Amino acid sequence: MSIKEYRTAIEARGGLLVVKDTAGIAFGDRVQIKDHAGNTRNGQVIRSADNEVLILVFEGTDDLDLENTWVRFLDEPVEIALSPEILGREFNGLGVPRDGRPPVLSNIRRPVGGSAINPAARTYPREFIQTGISTIDGLNSLVRGQKLPIFSGSGLPHNRLAAQIGRQAKLVDQESSFSVVFAAMGVSYADAKFFRDEFASSGVLRNVVMFINLADDPPVERLTLPRTALTAAEYLAYDLDRHVLVILTDMTNYAEALREVATAKGDVPARKGYPGYLYSDLAEIYERCGRIHNRHGSITMMPVVSMPSDDITHPIPDLTGYITEGQIVLSRELHNQGIYPPVHISPSLSRLMKDGIGKDDTREDHPRVAGQIYALYARAQETRNLASIIGADELSERDRRYLTFADAFDERFVGQGESEDRSIEATLNLAWELMSMFPRDMLTRVKETDLAKYYQGTD
Amino acid sequence: MSETKRTGVIRDINGPIVTVELPGVRSGEQVKIGDLGLFGEVISLRGQLAIVQTYESTDGVRPGEPAQGLGWPLSVELGPGLMGGIFDGVQRPLEKIALQSGDYIRRGISVPALDRAREWEFEPNRELSPGAKVGPGSVLGTVQETTTVLHRIMVPPGVEGELLEMAPAGEYDIESTIARVRDPRGISHRLSMYQRWPVRKPRPYLRRDDGISPLITGQRVIDTFFPQLKGGKGAVPGPFGAGKTVVQQQIARWSNADIVIYVGCGERGNELVDVLESFPELDDPYTGRKLMERTLLVANTSNMPVVAREASVYVGITMAEYYRDMGYDVVMLADSTSRWAEALREVSGRLGQMPVEEGYPAYLASRLAAVYERAGRVETYGAGSGSVTLIGAVSPPGGDFSEPVTSHTKDIIETFWALSKELADARHYPSIDWVTSFSKHVQTAAQWWHKEIDPDWEKRRTAALALLARDAELSRIVNLVGPEALSDAQRWELEGASLIKEGVLQQSALDEIDTFCSPQKQYALLDLAITIYKRGAALIKLGVPVSELQHLPLMAKMRRIKSMYSSEQLDQVLAFRADVDHAMESVRIEYAKHGEQA
Ligand SMILES: Nc1ncnc2c1ncn2[C@@H]1O[C@H](COP(=O)(O)OP(=O)(O)OP(=O)(O)O)[C@@H](O)[C@H]1O
Ligand SMILES: [Mg+2]
Repeated sequence: MSIKEYRTAIEARGGLLVVKDTAGIAFGDRVQIKDHAGNTRNGQVIRSADNEVLILVFEGTDDLDLENTWVRFLDEPVEIALSPEILGREFNGLGVPRDGRPPVLSNIRRPVGGSAINPAARTYPREFIQTGISTIDGLNSLVRGQKLPIFSGSGLPHNRLAAQIGRQAKLVDQESSFSVVFAAMGVSYADAKFFRDEFASSGVLRNVVMFINLADDPPVERLTLPRTALTAAEYLAYDLDRHVLVILTDMTNYAEALREVATAKGDVPARKGYPGYLYSDLAEIYERCGRIHNRHGSITMMPVVSMPSDDITHPIPDLTGYITEGQIVLSRELHNQGIYPPVHISPSLSRLMKDGIGKDDTREDHPRVAGQIYALYARAQETRNLASIIGADELSERDRRYLTFADAFDERFVGQGESEDRSIEATLNLAWELMSMFPRDMLTRVKETDLAKYYQGTD
Repeated sequence: MSETKRTGVIRDINGPIVTVELPGVRSGEQVKIGDLGLFGEVISLRGQLAIVQTYESTDGVRPGEPAQGLGWPLSVELGPGLMGGIFDGVQRPLEKIALQSGDYIRRGISVPALDRAREWEFEPNRELSPGAKVGPGSVLGTVQETTTVLHRIMVPPGVEGELLEMAPAGEYDIESTIARVRDPRGISHRLSMYQRWPVRKPRPYLRRDDGISPLITGQRVIDTFFPQLKGGKGAVPGPFGAGKTVVQQQIARWSNADIVIYVGCGERGNELVDVLESFPELDDPYTGRKLMERTLLVANTSNMPVVAREASVYVGITMAEYYRDMGYDVVMLADSTSRWAEALREVSGRLGQMPVEEGYPAYLASRLAAVYERAGRVETYGAGSGSVTLIGAVSPPGGDFSEPVTSHTKDIIETFWALSKELADARHYPSIDWVTSFSKHVQTAAQWWHKEIDPDWEKRRTAALALLARDAELSRIVNLVGPEALSDAQRWELEGASLIKEGVLQQSALDEIDTFCSPQKQYALLDLAITIYKRGAALIKLGVPVSELQHLPLMAKMRRIKSMYSSEQLDQVLAFRADVDHAMESVRIEYAKHGEQA
């Protein structure tokens, strides 16, 4: 089919453009739009009828003048060019360079939409990644191929934590680090700069690809950005055999862009105005991570989700939690106490921890230590609540012990330096030191053999 | 439905909803769409136009491309070769698809569910000889499908008459004729080892029966506190990460069902891989065979097309009914029915139907009820009694149980295992909340427990629940006035409740020993916890201070013993009972001495 140019746009609103008198336009195809000023915008067909199509315009429809809009259907899907040269580069959501250097030339072009991995082709992720952060490694371990988001709030140090993990993540006994695909949607200039400087100063920049859409860039572009970034990640992982860590920040901006477009389309809203398909849409992104049989590389994902008004039941963190394999939750309270990283362990979880830790992976007592710490901390939280009602003096001696434990735990186990890279051994030893504040008979989640080996108390 | 194929043309593509001009096509009919030949299903008709929902992504499809009506509704293939397999939401075999199309699922790929080339050892039913009257469900013969599953080859529904001929024992592929039947009109039917069935239509049976025996799952909080029956319907609602999938996988692993059908409906790919990788290694505690031999997976993961997600539940339940018709007890697990409901919502939204609550269409409740209605214990046509137990996970947005899917489900089901975020956050697993959960089957289950395990079962169960209720009450008091306000007897009640929680209710799926707990061991643990509490309470009445009891070594042991001895080492668990008696008696004697001295 030859590429035809249409001047029959009849409607433009909220990032959507309607063009009539079309024929045989493929659903999902790429579109190029030239506006009255001669600038090119990009789009995608999101509904195609006999003689009319609906186009999503990534740069938005602001300023379009229907008389002077030329639309070209490129007869190809939305795709990007890939080569090893993408490493060290910076692109926008459509794969156009942002770093002032020439576009990537390659005959490897991949549609950014991706397609579903056959579940029968997946391998269960089980290789422990040491991030050097005690609350993650010890209690919510990350494994290669896992999607583990950071749930945060405005003003909390999620970016610092994500950067620290990007810097420190490695397999135990292996120095080989990850290639990083960094995808930023609607972030501030300062945040983007923070990551750029961070990667540059730690010398990993040549192992990083950045896809960036700033807060003042077109919001619709945010819808393709994570897909473009993941297409690059898949190329690095499965064509070049690399282990890739994908950082997506901030998924809340992504979901808001989706809501904007859905509203313009008139889609039926489900909760808080977000469309009913938000779950499936997010899943298309998150499920692109994992391990595949007979492929050497892997994709591990850390999306950052800032929770509107710190509300974990808000649709964006909620639906994310329903898709990802756990979550690391940051707490404003800990942050206000000056604790970094302010990881709130109670609502945090890693679902893939079970097969990545223990005897052959980290240390034999690891799973039980994690369980015991959780049980103690849960009880300590109850005690804190009780103390805030009736006063600490009214507590029994046993209860006061929980308070001392909780404080020490927050300060020493949760808290650590921004460049402090703790080994898993050190993390577990620290856990035992804190657990040993209790008599043996209160530590019923660990085995008696664990107590014999690691208990440091006097009782 | 007629077998004539009709052709037409695509008019409009709106994501998975495609409008085609296809005169004469019927509602519910399967349609092939476009040059790629994507599969879909007609969901409504308007004049010459048919609205089709497609099971695959429509990227690249153009108006003007052809469409073809296939003449039949969405159906599944039923015959030997299903067990141990993994199928997508429209029953395509995913392992074979991986061989043909690699790591990603290629669109338009069409592979039949059952292997046409494989031959099975058919053993004819010796009781039938030519001339015999046969009808739907009559067992023509058997095939050993896996080492644990004897597959009964049955006359399909709709065929009835005189057996003209039956194949001798031997190896046949599933398309070979193994019998011929002449119906009363004189028409002869050629029967092979497989049949097709439209998934949206329940398979027939003779009559419906009440459930009589509990489904033993090896999970204490389920079997002992909120039991399910074979043929029952249940729901596991809970916020993300509370443990719905683990509960379902535990049931898939350890329940005393003959067949397990696990439907991953809009959930994670890795969870299915977990089952695929671990079940072939795990032993069924009842048969000693590998678990995968009785298990079948249906996978429509969250990133797979949403319309096939809606179909996957029907595909799963139809296969469940088919094995039920062979006289088996089948458990079907659907994780998650919320994703199924969301698929309904998405399609209805694209059709512009009027939403009623949170965007869901008005028919949500009736569709849900109709799916659950397909569970049950029945008298089959030809193989005695069989059952389908249906357990659905529910994923309420924000963990809010008042949302439409949870609340409608709650009205339909008989067991409700409500997972609590608070318990999960404290790593109290399974996080089934004993206050908000319920089972309507306790009375029926009690008969089984009293006969098979111990006549005191119900008394012990009630005592444990009473203690937990006291715990809640006393904790409220503590929160008001502090722990000092409690008497020793009340503190001991708290301690007793904590033994129930930690020693009985908590059960880690990851603990090698405790992951499965036989009914005998379940009762032994319950009895131990209640006994310790009662003996202690009696001592406190005599004036023994609670602190004397709290630090007895038996208290720590009661919390640990579940993972010290397996169900096979029941005698060791029972032996602890004697230690308890002994220790409590020593305290009594000691205290009596003190009493005399003072
Ligand atoms: N019985 C159990 N024993 C041990 N761990 C458990 C148990 N139940 C849940 N868990 C822990 O909780 C995690 C989350 O459980 P699960 O995946 O079943 O949650 P879910 O309710 O299905 O969540 P989602 O709705 O997001 O799928 C598990 O990965 C496991 O670590
Ligand atoms: Mg789940």
